Amino acid sequence: MIPQTFEYTAPQTLEEALGLIAGGDRKILAGGMSLIPLMKLRLATPGEVVDLGRVSGLNGISENGGVVSIGAMTTHHAIETSRVTRAHCPLLAETAGHIGDVQVRNVGTLGGAVAHADPAADYPAALLALEAQIKLISAQATRSVAASDFFLDAFTTALEPGEIVLEVEVPAEDQSEGYSYEKVPHPASGFAVVGIAARIKKDGNRIAMARIGVTGMGAHAFRALAAEKVLENGGSVADAAATVGDGETPNSDLYASADYRLHLARVHAARALATAISRAS
Amino acid sequence: MKRKISLTINGKSYTDEVEPRLLLIHYLREVAGLTGPHIGCETSICGACTVMLDGRTVKSCTMFAVQADGRQILTIEGLAADGKLDPVQEAFWNEHGLQCGFCTPGMILSSKQLLEDNPNPTDQEIRHGLEGNLCRCTGYQHIVNAVRAAAKAGA
Ligand SMILES: Cc1cc2nc3c(=O)[nH]c(=O)nc-3n(C[C@H](O)[C@H](O)[C@H](O)COP(=O)(O)OP(=O)(O)OC[C@H]3O[C@@H](n4cnc5c(N)ncnc54)[C@H](O)[C@@H]3O)c2cc1C
Ligand code: FES
Ligand code: FES
Repeated sequence: MIPQTFEYTAPQTLEEALGLIAGGDRKILAGGMSLIPLMKLRLATPGEVVDLGRVSGLNGISENGGVVSIGAMTTHHAIETSRVTRAHCPLLAETAGHIGDVQVRNVGTLGGAVAHADPAADYPAALLALEAQIKLISAQATRSVAASDFFLDAFTTALEPGEIVLEVEVPAEDQSEGYSYEKVPHPASGFAVVGIAARIKKDGNRIAMARIGVTGMGAHAFRALAAEKVLENGGSVADAAATVGDGETPNSDLYASADYRLHLARVHAARALATAISRAS
Repeated sequence: MKRKISLTINGKSYTDEVEPRLLLIHYLREVAGLTGPHIGCETSICGACTVMLDGRTVKSCTMFAVQADGRQILTIEGLAADGKLDPVQEAFWNEHGLQCGFCTPGMILSSKQLLEDNPNPTDQEIRHGLEGNLCRCTGYQHIVNAVRAAAKAGA
């Protein structure tokens, strides 16, 4: 379990870091919770590792004009416990608390998790339901990509070579909204067999807005758009949950067959929606 | 190419030249000579290698020693002060929170983290806070009892 040799640099500024990753066989190191296990197994053998751990300005959570900005190097622990996320995007805080264990949350970062794009990662479901924007930066330019356009395939995102995740912008949840993240953790790895992130806004007894993000089911997380429509058109939670996963090809592995995963997704979508509805005012 | 790192472990300064690929657990055990942190799974699961980095628990098998340059580390060796056990150590002793002891250095540091974050945990919160640490002997009940006792003692 000893990685192949590599060169290591720990730039202090963003400019320096972006200059370094502009060329060559270089890999970014954030919390290392995905990269280091891969390097130990020699599934990843980068020639040079650029550690973002000492770059200032990449870490922090702030709220401004209804948008919560979270720096790429912000840890899962900070997102789980920050007063700002708990007040303005509690769905993301709740989701962060479901990742791995305390030691993993103490070092793993939001930027690393979205860039890694594990099909069983937790954040993507919440970021889709929250309609978050992922801000990317390279030595040349910055751009903003909607979460729905960012996760393209298993371990594949809209990141271009030379680009890094700078921050994630989350439109603040309305105070009256209800939310819930329901996860079926894999008993060995703790990753999501399925994970459902739900947001609900009510207008009297009617559901004015439903947002549902699903992870663990396919190559990448997706919005359950049909289920959202059912609820917004006055349909029941059961009818909405029954459409989750329609048209998708669920993953199948030793622990959960495609049919079982689909079943879990629908059962847990119903639970997440029921909790979100009960929390909405 | 080797790099020079300087860090503080249990209040003592260390400076060494290390390969970037050297894992923190190997640095602690083989270079610094601190064999309290154990290597269980080496795959980021068991938590036997848990140490505190700047006051938060990390799995030292999933971190490079170079990442700890300039930072503060606490291992189980640094917990007792002036020959007096830390209250969490005391509670593990009194409540039989260990059998073979292999998981114990990590368990105790995770328990300390847990009590710092939440001084009055429920049993369920104790189990949740220790999710990153596996024990093959105790069945966990005595560990939960120990953490509860440490909380009561105001650890
Ligand atoms: C025991 C264990 C259990 C886990 N359980 C879960 C779980 O239940 N749910 C879950 O979602 N995750 C889980 N994880 C993964 C964890 O969330 C990781 O923290 C996360 O996937 C990667 O974040 P990182 O900061 O550690 O990134 P790293 O491992 O440092 O990097 C991951 C990848 O992203 C790239 N990268 C990092 N930062 C950036 C950036 N800013 N811009 C561009 N590219 C970047 C790196 O080059 C690398 O390819 C677990 C990990 C472990 C070890
Ligand atoms: S040896 Fe580090 S987690 Fe098991
Ligand atoms: S006491 Fe033996 S592994 Fe925990």
